[in-house]
Amino acid sequence: MLDDFMARAALAGVGVALAAAPIGCFVVWRRMAYFGDATAHAAILGVALSLGIGISVFGGVLAVALAIALAILSLARRGHAMDTALGVLAHAALAFGLVAVALLPGVQIDIQAYLFGDILAVSRSDLALIWAGAVAVSAGVLWRWPGLLTATLNPELAIAAGIDPHRERQVLTLALAVVVAVAIKVVGALLITALLIIPAAAARPFARTPEVMAAMAALTGVISALAGLGTAWILDTPAGPTIVCVAALIFAASSALSRAATTRG
Amino acid sequence: MSLVSAQGVSVAYDDAVVLSHVDFTVEPGEIVTVVGPNGSGKSTFLKVLIGAVRPSAGRVTRKPGLKVGYVPQKLAIDPSLPMTVERFMHLPSRRNKGEVGEALERVGVAHLAGRQLASLSGGQFQRVLLARAILGRPDVLMLDEPTQGLDQPGSADFYTLLENIRRDMGCAVVMVSHELHVVMSASDRVICLNRHICCQGAPEVVSSAPEYRALFGTGTHGALAIYRHEHDHAHDDCDHDCDHNHDVDREHTENA
Repeated sequence: MLDDFMARAALAGVGVALAAAPIGCFVVWRRMAYFGDATAHAAILGVALSLGIGISVFGGVLAVALAIALAILSLARRGHAMDTALGVLAHAALAFGLVAVALLPGVQIDIQAYLFGDILAVSRSDLALIWAGAVAVSAGVLWRWPGLLTATLNPELAIAAGIDPHRERQVLTLALAVVVAVAIKVVGALLITALLIIPAAAARPFARTPEVMAAMAALTGVISALAGLGTAWILDTPAGPTIVCVAALIFAASSALSRAATTRG
Repeated sequence: MSLVSAQGVSVAYDDAVVLSHVDFTVEPGEIVTVVGPNGSGKSTFLKVLIGAVRPSAGRVTRKPGLKVGYVPQKLAIDPSLPMTVERFMHLPSRRNKGEVGEALERVGVAHLAGRQLASLSGGQFQRVLLARAILGRPDVLMLDEPTQGLDQPGSADFYTLLENIRRDMGCAVVMVSHELHVVMSASDRVICLNRHICCQGAPEVVSSAPEYRALFGTGTHGALAIYRHEHDHAHDDCDHDCDHNHDVDREHTENA
């Protein structure tokens, strides 16, 4: 089955959707959308660096995404407005990445594939990495879930319960970097945030608890990935953006449904 | 031994001194009300006691194994986070279902268990926070302005509830309030804080019924009392005539 590129693409999409769902919920709850974007943009710089020094793209992206995320946090702690810190580092990392790719001697790479994803070209080893990342993120989030949730609700409440909100934030940042690193091949650096936020936002109106919201976001992500791939196949459109389009349509339907339910009463 | 004690605690952010040389102890089962004007450092003081803010000087000691029930001042629930009252009670750790029901019952909000936190009124939310704080039988409850936004009968009801909880569970209560002159009548001690401890003493319980009604109206069933400040010192950092009337002494407090 893994010999078929469509089967590999589908498995890759499902793996990324599962990893992105719980992290996406935290991104929504903590209003970190722009933070997710910045971490994702930094991935391009990671791609350039790993090609330049000849290490695996996954490792390079993970390291740079993590470094940029930690730099943003430390700039914000030193008194820069969060918005400003994000704006500077997100776009600086993207610009430096694009320049570095152009400067790489003798390397011909398709930058499009990293900006918008290239899910149909996922190899067996890519697939193994994606699923390893997805399992690691899910296990980590499951393990820290009570602390992450309490710190998200209110930092003081967390401290009074013996939980360190800074530590939880670091855990979340690390998990976000892993998601970026596994998702770049599937939807690309520019659309990773969409895969984090749209399924969570679509799940929100129908969830009464955080756990249900995360589960519904995962389901939405998986449906988007599979339906998006299928649609891309039929319409011959780029797969990554098509997946995001399907997710956006589900979000629109969910909003309309919840509005209808409220007005009816 | 004391549950929590602070010795010579000072807190400064950058150049602004928020607390200076505060000595304080809480004994088992006592109710301490900390009053002070806005910017007097009383919220910071409570955060120092729970360990959320580290003092820049001095020491805070907690009894080993101390269990603190904390009720934060305001909990802005982001509407993007779905959370029922029932689920909130199990945060961070899963509790016994019976214990949760009992805590909600005790504060009078058992009927709200299935509601979303974001849909509660201020008074209901305050009670849910209190219910969560008493889970696991804490040694001390710490509350940051729990009656903010409640009217006088509402505050009185909340104070009565706290008094009953102390009576039934035997926990100490440390409560911060911005009401300088009207305090919970069951307070064993009132501490007036304005970056340092200005004065402390017992509240004056107005005993005769007509006089009480004249002061507090009806519907407060003896839960409120007067605190008379006895300030016998001047602040060093006052560069104007400082009569220590904290109500009008705005310049003095608002830059804190």
